[in-house]
Amino acid sequence: MEENKLLESLSPIERKVLPHISGKTTLNEVAKKSDVDTTTALRALEFLKNKNLVSVDSSEKKLIVPGLNGIYYLKKGLPERRLLLALAEKKSVPLGELANVSDLNENEAKVSLGTLKKKALVEIKEGRAVLTANEKEIEKESLEEKFLKTLPREMDSLEPEEKLSLENLKSRKEIIEFKTEKIVTVELTESGKKISKEDLKEDLLEQLTPKIIASESWKGKKFRRYDITSPVPRIYGGKRHFVNQSIEYCKKIWTDLGFKEMEGPKADSSFWIFDVLFTAQDHPVREMQDTFFIKNVKAKLPNKKLVEETKKSHEQGVGGSKGWKYKWNEDISKKVVLRTHTTGLSAHTLANLKKEDMPAKFFALGKVFRNETVDWKHGFEFYQTEGIVVDENANFRNLLGYLKEFYKKMGFEKIKFVPSFFPYTEPSVEIQVWHSERKEWIELGGAGIFRPELTIPLLGKAVPVLAWGQGFDRIIMDAYKIKDLRELYSNDIKVLREKPFWSK
Amino acid sequence: MATLTISRKEFDKNVKLSGDISEKLMNAGIAVDTVNENEVILDITANRPDLLSVQGIFRHLQAYYGKEKGLKEYKVEKPEKNFKVIIDKSVKDVRPFTVCAIVKNLKFDEEKIKQIIDMQEKLHNTVGRNRKKLAIGIYPLEKITLPIKFEAKKPNDIKFQPLEFPREITGLQILSQHPTGRDYAKLLEGKNKFPIFVDAKGKVLSMPPIINSHETGKVSYDTKEVFVECSGFDFEVLQKVLNIIVTTLADLGGKIYAMELDYGKKVITPNLEPERMKLSLENANKLIGLDLTEKDLQNLLPKMGYDYSKGVVSIPAYRVDILHEVDIIEDVAVAYGYENLTPEIPKVATIGEESPISKLKNRITNILASVGLLEVSSLHLNTKDEIKKANYDFKDFVEVEQSKTEYNCLRIDLLTNILKIISQNSDATYPQKVFELGTVFGLDSKTETGIAEKERLAVGIVDESVNFTEAKQVLDYLFKMLGKEYSLEETENTNFISGRAGNILVNGKQIGYVGEIAPRVLKNWNINMPVVALELNIESLLN
Repeated sequence: MEENKLLESLSPIERKVLPHISGKTTLNEVAKKSDVDTTTALRALEFLKNKNLVSVDSSEKKLIVPGLNGIYYLKKGLPERRLLLALAEKKSVPLGELANVSDLNENEAKVSLGTLKKKALVEIKEGRAVLTANEKEIEKESLEEKFLKTLPREMDSLEPEEKLSLENLKSRKEIIEFKTEKIVTVELTESGKKISKEDLKEDLLEQLTPKIIASESWKGKKFRRYDITSPVPRIYGGKRHFVNQSIEYCKKIWTDLGFKEMEGPKADSSFWIFDVLFTAQDHPVREMQDTFFIKNVKAKLPNKKLVEETKKSHEQGVGGSKGWKYKWNEDISKKVVLRTHTTGLSAHTLANLKKEDMPAKFFALGKVFRNETVDWKHGFEFYQTEGIVVDENANFRNLLGYLKEFYKKMGFEKIKFVPSFFPYTEPSVEIQVWHSERKEWIELGGAGIFRPELTIPLLGKAVPVLAWGQGFDRIIMDAYKIKDLRELYSNDIKVLREKPFWSK
Repeated sequence: MATLTISRKEFDKNVKLSGDISEKLMNAGIAVDTVNENEVILDITANRPDLLSVQGIFRHLQAYYGKEKGLKEYKVEKPEKNFKVIIDKSVKDVRPFTVCAIVKNLKFDEEKIKQIIDMQEKLHNTVGRNRKKLAIGIYPLEKITLPIKFEAKKPNDIKFQPLEFPREITGLQILSQHPTGRDYAKLLEGKNKFPIFVDAKGKVLSMPPIINSHETGKVSYDTKEVFVECSGFDFEVLQKVLNIIVTTLADLGGKIYAMELDYGKKVITPNLEPERMKLSLENANKLIGLDLTEKDLQNLLPKMGYDYSKGVVSIPAYRVDILHEVDIIEDVAVAYGYENLTPEIPKVATIGEESPISKLKNRITNILASVGLLEVSSLHLNTKDEIKKANYDFKDFVEVEQSKTEYNCLRIDLLTNILKIISQNSDATYPQKVFELGTVFGLDSKTETGIAEKERLAVGIVDESVNFTEAKQVLDYLFKMLGKEYSLEETENTNFISGRAGNILVNGKQIGYVGEIAPRVLKNWNINMPVVALELNIESLLN
């Protein structure tokens, strides 16, 4: 910054301390000379340092300072001094009254008497303490008293006799203590030297106030120039959880494409989650080690016709299918589970769909559950999104068309389709997208046309239902560069506050 | 899903592919894990157990890319003398079916034996549902005296030396002493009788689905002829799996012989006659969206190992996945090549829309975020302990079976997680103001599932000097911005300080509560700051 601008940017405290820096000056000196406390002085020096006007150097020193009792004795005198003064007045005092006349406690009085005796200033005669010192001896300060008054001192600055006093005082309770002190010294830089020669008394306006505006006192004056690059205290706004921000984005894509949102239960019957989707009752996904079953509840099955058709679909097949050829068990379909996919919602929707509402498009985006342990790449619940198109004229090439459009909107321009297998679609397709940062193809979603074994019981006839879906957590993690799945739901407030808004 | 690893050398010797091998495999319908100079690792989907062997993969690729198109012929020789298995009635309750075959003319080496055992294990784990549904045995014929008997005996009356075990033990001891026995003990435990295969001299061959005999049930590199059986509960699936095994052995040069099974009624297995299914060209074109001709089908279906003639498809006897015409139509599409299909979005006008509850949640989020509240997002499962930190007397947990983590109860409110989050964030600067929107669960016999799910909002505000006012301010602002009205009535709720808690009423109906959290609850959560909170059902705020 130019010199005059620099000058205009100095705050009152900076102006106050700057003239008091010459050569190497300690923080304490600066504070004392500028008549501010050290915290204020330090802050001013930091500001000046940021403006490159001073250089600040800090080092540590081991200091001897008065302790709690030391501070008290500095004010009232050491106990032996106080006893001596009392005796100087009374000349002779019964031992029992020593504490009383010297305003000491019993212990202090006892110790002090010993000290005075050792120095031959007092002697004990017939149960009384008798003064033997002369006036000069009484007035003379002891080495300990002298030393105490010089505190605080640096350890390496002690004379031999002071070291002795230190040893004596150290053994007495809380008279002295040691402390490491940060010594801050400051020196003007070249531009600091120039600035400090200027007139720092110039009258700059600080905070603009209603009063200044009203009185027009700003006229002809300058406002202090701020250092607009210096950091400010943080503020945090309220906002949507970052996972929900990405979900909102995904829902927007679905609605833009003309899909209507489906809602439904997270805990649903096995009938809706498995049976109606033609998942055989001995399929491994229906075991407790993979799926959460709810204890002590049993679901009611939907209308009899749908149940009968589903049973037939499994046992002997419908619409030309061979079915799974086993005895379908109604009780197994009444077990309630936490949904393992959102396709149960599609099943509910198809079952309720009126013929005149076709063609129709629906989507779902919600949590699904799997009985899993929790680590950086696994969790027991995660987001899934899926869409269906119910259209008598729809075909597999249309499905690929929808997929291309959907993934383009999701930000994946390069996409390829490879054959795959999913239990309730035929034909099935896996979507692979080109990850432009990782420079590789990644598997992202699955799709297909619902099997007639599903659509006949649900819709009354084999209408092609195009369906696709995918887990959503991976996309969120990728967008936010999150490596550990647990971070999505750890709710660390610091992280949530700092996390940027979804930017796709 | 199972993975299959093939050495690159063997792969290149059997399949002549150039260019991007990964892509070619995927286009042919095989999911690829890795292709490098040493190995080809494939992911085999659950519908294609016939691809669980190296031979199965080669067979498929030679049809798809090579010259060996159409249905592959496998000859089955008539049973020779004593090629017979007698099925005793005693197996009916424990393992009712077996299907069997003999394969001769084999030349094994270590690598091939490994591949066969590998396939056997993968079939066990996938289509066999970890041996529950079916188990496979392959035995050196030279160690066996035909005919064979399949019977069930009392566990203690069964005695043989199981595979890789130092001595003879009983059927029951196998379940506790043999490592494989322990792994699969669950499948036989508690049964009165265990099934065994026994040869004409009374030697035990195996005790399915657990283990073979060390003496008669171990194939080695000088084995030239094998007895193969599949036992289990679904006759049709057993047959298919037997077909998968014997065709694989035939691809290795083996000669397949049928066996006569005596179930009282005589049955001959294996049956490698192709299954026939009608295919309508019109349906295929309609489903895929193409304009194929009869001639196209005649070209495409043989690429997938089928024969096709005049509307009828002949399906290989080892395919387990063809239930319906659509399964064949998918193979037509795969043969055509997904990469050759032009995606086409039809012009169908529909109106897109979020659900009413989603829209309401968006509105609430915007309102609360605008006054500085931070949204949190927690999991749906809690521990009982967590729930009871506030709701002391709560009993009606909605519990899940056998959770793999400590979290085994569906959340009954959102407040629990709000308090949990506050207690985990004592290092973030105050004030902290958080909210969550989500589903809570409760038992309810009136619903279809026996569980009632409610959509809720919860708010928690924490600061050194926060009190009821802050919570009520949020509540006031929320209702005002939603254009709704509410009232409060004082309530006693052990979660809150007495005299500083209220029920939130809308149209006279209670939809939630608000108050200062009781210090006892805060203590339970190790929270050292005052917290005010509110929670309410949002469904009643729908327009």
